[in-house]
Amino acid sequence: MASIADPGPAMMRTADMLRAFLPHRGDAIVVPGRGGRYWTQLSDKPGLDVPLGDPAMGGHAGFALGLTLARPERRVVLFDSEGDILMSLGILATIAEQRPANFYHFLIDNGCYATTGGQPVPNADRIAYDAIARGAGYPHTYAFADLEPFVRALPAILERPGPVFVALKLVPEIENEPIGRRRRWQTRSREEVLADLHAALGISG
Amino acid sequence: MSDKAGATLSPETVLAEIKRHGVTHIVWLPDSETNWLYLLMKAEPSLRLVGVAREGNACAIAAGLAAGGAKPMILIQNTGLLESGDSLRGWLLGLNIPVVLMVGYRGWTRHGVTRDTAAVYTERFLHAFNLAYYLVESDADAPRIGIAFAAAARTQKPVVVLVGDEYHGFNR
Repeated sequence: MASIADPGPAMMRTADMLRAFLPHRGDAIVVPGRGGRYWTQLSDKPGLDVPLGDPAMGGHAGFALGLTLARPERRVVLFDSEGDILMSLGILATIAEQRPANFYHFLIDNGCYATTGGQPVPNADRIAYDAIARGAGYPHTYAFADLEPFVRALPAILERPGPVFVALKLVPEIENEPIGRRRRWQTRSREEVLADLHAALGISG
Repeated sequence: MSDKAGATLSPETVLAEIKRHGVTHIVWLPDSETNWLYLLMKAEPSLRLVGVAREGNACAIAAGLAAGGAKPMILIQNTGLLESGDSLRGWLLGLNIPVVLMVGYRGWTRHGVTRDTAAVYTERFLHAFNLAYYLVESDADAPRIGIAFAAAARTQKPVVVLVGDEYHGFNR
């Protein structure tokens, strides 16, 4: 297990990290969070993907927890972001208390608000998110700043019963284009995403 | 609203409504008036309690539960409702989640005179978000809980039940 307290410069890019995860996905529900713009181009099971964009900051972990509790028979993989989780750290205690064995909670930590121009999140360089998750009660936590050790450890991580927390220090990929001129990566509306998920899971009504 | 002075809303009545409408998960944050209801819910095998540390989290969790095919209900106080504005907007209204929120109406008085700003802003908040709501004060009002569940299912939107019986029936 690596320590994120002294990770050195991040060497991982989000797309490479997601590409490394892809072969291990199985039939998991994937909530790609801030990784959505990459994941939607990689995934071959869009019906089980829940790319919601940004319904409200500070809630992806709660949303994914709800999915794990509703579908305990199926793995749920979340690619959360540090800006999101910082808005609601208390959710870590709720997740740890519920102890969903099917929850794999990855954190994309690029140290900044990448979609608003790259301003740093509070105390960006000195936070150990894996330590926070461990302190909240997650039984298994990890931290990586390099792709290679992450790729090596991933199969064993996914064999662990959840909730598992994996902090990933990633290279910031900052968007400075005005929002109206950015490429729209979402190809489905939120209603379509949820309708497709229900169809994939056999949920009627 | 019941006209019977001193009538109370019993936690047993609320639990019966929760069960009757097939609720699977209660996402909640305790308030000082719901302790007896908590004990009943905890003992009810058909319910799973999901405690949160801040009420906005309840909206996101309920959205995930509904997306996964479960039937959540949110149980919070009006102070927490006010805190939850953006989560309510994005996770519940934005994703068309048909969920009932039972909201303790702290500061509620029948005559409208209150010094509690939580009560002052509660219904204004609900109007601002265009949320349908129903007030229950006693067991005689319990059918309104069913009306709220029906409205949520029909509109695919969150619907609020304001619990105006804070200071007696829920806590013994």
